[in-house]
Amino acid sequence: MVPRPRISRRKLEELFFQGLMIISTVGVLGSLLLILGTIVWRGLPALDLAMITQTPKGGYYLGQEGGILNAIVGSLYLALGGTLLSMVASLPIALYLHFYAARSRWAEVVRLALDVLWGIPSIVYGAFGFLLMLWLGMRASLLGGIITLAFLELPIMARGMDEAIAMVPAALKEASYALGATRFETAARIVVRQTAPGLLTAVLLAFGRAIGDAASVLFTAGYTDRLPDSLLSPVASLPLAVFFQLGTPFPKVQERAYASALVLTVIVLVLSVLSRWLSRRLTRHVIR
Amino acid sequence: MTEPLIEIRDLNVWYGTEHALKGITVDIPARQITAVIGPSGCGKTTLLRSLNRLLEETEGTRVTGQVLLDGVNIYDRGVDVTEVRTRVGMLAPKPFPLPMSIYDNVAYGRRIHGLPVLDKGNGRHLDRIVERYLRAAGLWEEVKDRLHSPASGLSTGQQQRLCLARALAVEPEVLLCDEPTSALDPISAQRIEEQLRAIKTETTIVVVTHSLRQAHRLADYLIFLWLGELVEAGPARQVFQNPRDERTRAYLAGDIG
Repeated sequence: MVPRPRISRRKLEELFFQGLMIISTVGVLGSLLLILGTIVWRGLPALDLAMITQTPKGGYYLGQEGGILNAIVGSLYLALGGTLLSMVASLPIALYLHFYAARSRWAEVVRLALDVLWGIPSIVYGAFGFLLMLWLGMRASLLGGIITLAFLELPIMARGMDEAIAMVPAALKEASYALGATRFETAARIVVRQTAPGLLTAVLLAFGRAIGDAASVLFTAGYTDRLPDSLLSPVASLPLAVFFQLGTPFPKVQERAYASALVLTVIVLVLSVLSRWLSRRLTRHVIR
Repeated sequence: MTEPLIEIRDLNVWYGTEHALKGITVDIPARQITAVIGPSGCGKTTLLRSLNRLLEETEGTRVTGQVLLDGVNIYDRGVDVTEVRTRVGMLAPKPFPLPMSIYDNVAYGRRIHGLPVLDKGNGRHLDRIVERYLRAAGLWEEVKDRLHSPASGLSTGQQQRLCLARALAVEPEVLLCDEPTSALDPISAQRIEEQLRAIKTETTIVVVTHSLRQAHRLADYLIFLWLGELVEAGPARQVFQNPRDERTRAYLAGDIG
């Protein structure tokens, strides 16, 4: 037998790359914990019941009474509205790409367009929405914010759904066709069920982007200390609440910015957990 | 030979530039089991998928020639492809239940076609139909207590029988079976074969198979394909015992393929 070194080069290679992977993973988890830690540590002292149950009173931004209920409610309205509007467009796009434009050059052009839209900074969406509103004669409002957020969410949601639908086995679609189903019946009754967990993930991803985005709602939704009461009046949002409070010279108000960020993070967390639970229920029927 | 139900006339199929079926002309008799045999890649599955126009779902296929079902060419302009597939059902090699309950799998075809579902109010009629076809596929006893649980929870053998029930529930005149037992254990395979024999009194069956023994057990009529060409077709007993073509003789003897 040929004598071998105690630790071979292959073994070293294995250890080296394994170590690298572990370091990256720990790095990701570590930065998440660091951000969460900062928000909790700086925000929790300022977070009381009044913060989440009251709107800003006079002098709130100087460190006096009030809360950010206006921004919490406003953000939920904006993001939910934007997500719903975006869903109405995204699901048909994704189904169209697979069932009617499959593997055509046209489908590739649409995918490229969506990928480019995905990369456009949100401030550009804000400016675009603002121009659109000027042209329509609208002022900064809940509706303006919802429409702009729908544009922002569309590429994320449509491409996410597109990828989910791409995973459907061809044999499953054929099983439906072979029973005499039309493309639409196959898409609506079979593929949507089969991909429900993936579609939900795409929706959640887009929602997360929408509720956390400040730049696109800055001009289009505006800001107000009052609770939203109409689609056509301005509405507050959490990202802007963080931005404005962090911009004051008062440490007490800055702490409230961190508390607002904490509220925003908790909303996203709760939604993620809810959607995971829902996704597990939807997986019941999925065929592997 | 009894009255033919399907008449295939000079059928050619290309995948891109590959000429997969070359000028096939053959009749498929009504209410018998026709087995299509031949080595891998000789066009057996292609022939089968041309009979319900499923070939169209694959990009880059081209079909010429005629497939007459009851005298009407299914490739004619103006023929509704969903109607063809309603009259010509299919059983795939690997079972793919639909992502829904056992009950809904069987009911799916009837629901999309709006086939008679009497007593609409309480759906009892549909219950009876689902039961009838689950029995016809030999699955009823095993699933009658869990009709509304996901079909994905069944074993592979049960899933294939569910797919059979699902296909039969549309009441097709023809059932195409593409190696229907290749993914199954011997017991499940035997059950599928039993069900096929049981339904042939009402349904014309075309089975593609790799297994000569399966062809022996099932076939009334035999079609032998070799490299995209039809070599021989005829009553199963005659082809097995007295093949006319040298290639058929060699294939049946195990010398080639």
